[in-house]
Amino acid sequence: MTKPSLDIRSSRSNRKKNLAFQKSPKKAAGAKVNGSMVAANKGTTGKSVNKNLSAFKGLDKSTVLYMHSMMVKSRVLEERLIKIYRAGESYFWIGGPGEEAFGVPLGMLVNKGQGLAHDFLHLHYRCTPTLIAMGLTMVDAIRLMMNRATDPSTGGRNFSGHYCFPKWNVAPVTSPIEVQYPIACGTAHAQKRSGHQSLTVVTGGDAGTAEGDFASSLILASRKGSELPLLMTVQNNKWGISTSFDGQHGEKFIADRAKAFQIKARVMNGNDPIESYLCIKEDMEYIRKTGKPAFIEALVSRLYGHSSASGANPVEGEVDPVKVFEEKILREDLLTANEVKEIWRAFEEEGMKASEQARTEPVPQSSSVWDHTYVGSENADWRKF
Amino acid sequence: MANMAQAIRMALHYGESKLGVKDIFGQDVGAPLGGVFTATQGLKTAWNAPLDERGIIGMAMGIAMAGDRCVAEIQFCDYIFNTIDLLKIAGNTHWVTNGNYSLPMVVMTPVGAGIRGSIYHSHSFDAWASRLAGWKVVMPSNPLDAYGLMISAIQDPNPVLFMKPKALMRVRGEELIPGEPADERELKNMIDAPIGDRSKWKAKWPALTDYTVPIGQGKITRSGDQLTLVSYGRMLLLCNEVADLMKEQGASVEVIDLRSIYPYDWQMIKTSVMKTGRVLFVNEDTEVTNFGEHLVYRCVQELFYHLLARPQVLAGKHVPGIGLHPNLEDASVPQKHEIIELVKSILDEVP
Repeated sequence: MTKPSLDIRSSRSNRKKNLAFQKSPKKAAGAKVNGSMVAANKGTTGKSVNKNLSAFKGLDKSTVLYMHSMMVKSRVLEERLIKIYRAGESYFWIGGPGEEAFGVPLGMLVNKGQGLAHDFLHLHYRCTPTLIAMGLTMVDAIRLMMNRATDPSTGGRNFSGHYCFPKWNVAPVTSPIEVQYPIACGTAHAQKRSGHQSLTVVTGGDAGTAEGDFASSLILASRKGSELPLLMTVQNNKWGISTSFDGQHGEKFIADRAKAFQIKARVMNGNDPIESYLCIKEDMEYIRKTGKPAFIEALVSRLYGHSSASGANPVEGEVDPVKVFEEKILREDLLTANEVKEIWRAFEEEGMKASEQARTEPVPQSSSVWDHTYVGSENADWRKF
Repeated sequence: MANMAQAIRMALHYGESKLGVKDIFGQDVGAPLGGVFTATQGLKTAWNAPLDERGIIGMAMGIAMAGDRCVAEIQFCDYIFNTIDLLKIAGNTHWVTNGNYSLPMVVMTPVGAGIRGSIYHSHSFDAWASRLAGWKVVMPSNPLDAYGLMISAIQDPNPVLFMKPKALMRVRGEELIPGEPADERELKNMIDAPIGDRSKWKAKWPALTDYTVPIGQGKITRSGDQLTLVSYGRMLLLCNEVADLMKEQGASVEVIDLRSIYPYDWQMIKTSVMKTGRVLFVNEDTEVTNFGEHLVYRCVQELFYHLLARPQVLAGKHVPGIGLHPNLEDASVPQKHEIIELVKSILDEVP
């Protein structure tokens, strides 16, 4: 199967616009993580570049604005996916609205690439923000949502949010929760042996920590003398489908379980992208330096319920991390209201065009059902051997 | 001649020294024990995992995902059941990612009765394993095949389940493994860990060479033209004995050692059954939705007009466990006299 070359971000019209807010700060000349080097993005807003950055704990302007734009992009994409579901163009939606303030910084900080020299990611099905920050295009997420043959993750075989990108060491997202935790120990084990300072990231929700696989990973990651370079995160939104965390968990914090295994662990506000960025960065540096695991319990929101199975309707009373961060950016004069509006509009347009594109693309054919049962699909159909 | 435990050990050594295997792990797999059946003694990449089957399988999947080769062990297949969804995921990863990821990994586990192992050291897993699409599944009946199948499993780009018939682990073969010294005592001195302190012991490996048994290829162990007996693992040896006995009584029984449960050598079965017109499938997993039933189904579908008698399955009784007392175990899994009786009745059946 030939993968279509369409990439909304690199289409002619968007190249002309060259939206500065989509540029990764890592690639912007002069950008670095402190308040003094933001000249590269000086023209983005036309405002004084060093103004009020203390509110962002030393992160430079380009990083802050990129973070915001990726959070918006992820949110717009997820809401686009919900619309696709509601329009009857997909069978199921599950995703990550509410996890942008943790997921985006995580995606910004990984050492992205393929092979043992780069970080591996074993993500849960609310990981769209992380992948958007890593470069996921809207059209590829929509191809997955619409079960297109062109879907690069599964070829139309799996649900939305179940991404898989070998080019970035992104392991396939699974529907069974928590299985990714012991699997992540395997990639971390191989990374440690390779001698690189790469690490494995594994993410999941709070409800899944009730599974035995969570305990398995705590044990495997912390074996004395064989500790693994593993960043374990739990995005605690206090819900497991319709069941409240409070009625099921006796522990005060999930992170306390990691502490029992001598794993560096913390609880943080996952609705604050600045705090997320700094915590993840510090823990990644610790892991790369020591080869030992670290654990983050990020307290986050769940804005549209569990999935389309529960309606995918907005949930009242949850903190919206995108809005809160945006208000802060406006308050601190990093962007004007019109500039914010333009960011949302541009991503809405990108989402619309991506939907239109995916809609025209082919779906999997019945004859492909045996493909990839085995490598090379040898002996896949027993009737033929 | 090497026994099966030694043969597997030598294949694993060949794997770690020639085929890039970097991890051989599981409960008690590393030093000092080297496996409950000694199949992993002296291996440089063997290590002990926590007593956690899901952790072992999960870790093997991750190692494979990272591009490294590993062989993981579940100490007895009786304890593999809590990993069934991980096995399912390992089997569907290549498919559901549309070919993005493959998981070249080997899981080995002792199976079957025959050692008076009671309810949790006597299970079979071949029927269960045959339902794990995406996995290849093998079970040897002799040391040379164990060596060749293990090397094939390590080289395969798919997940492979290597089932070790535990009652045959000390049974010696009739053919030398390529590179194996002819003197059993010499081999023992080279690769069997000593009793007592093993902290300074190192195996001295013979100059082993590549030898593979292709996955999916069966072997005719007895030629005949009146009835086909199809089996694998421990039951294969009983089938051979029955064929020899029947030969003395004037009946000609062909025995097929399937060696691979999936993919299986249908062409070999088909050719034989078209010749004999009578077939019996023998294995010791429980009888309801048994793998042999699938083979009977296929015989009926594809060879119906060649059949001279009803194709049959002799399998373990559909009881919850294998009882410890010999009377209970023997009543639960196929016995030689049962095979003989059934072979005779099939031969006597008039179409």
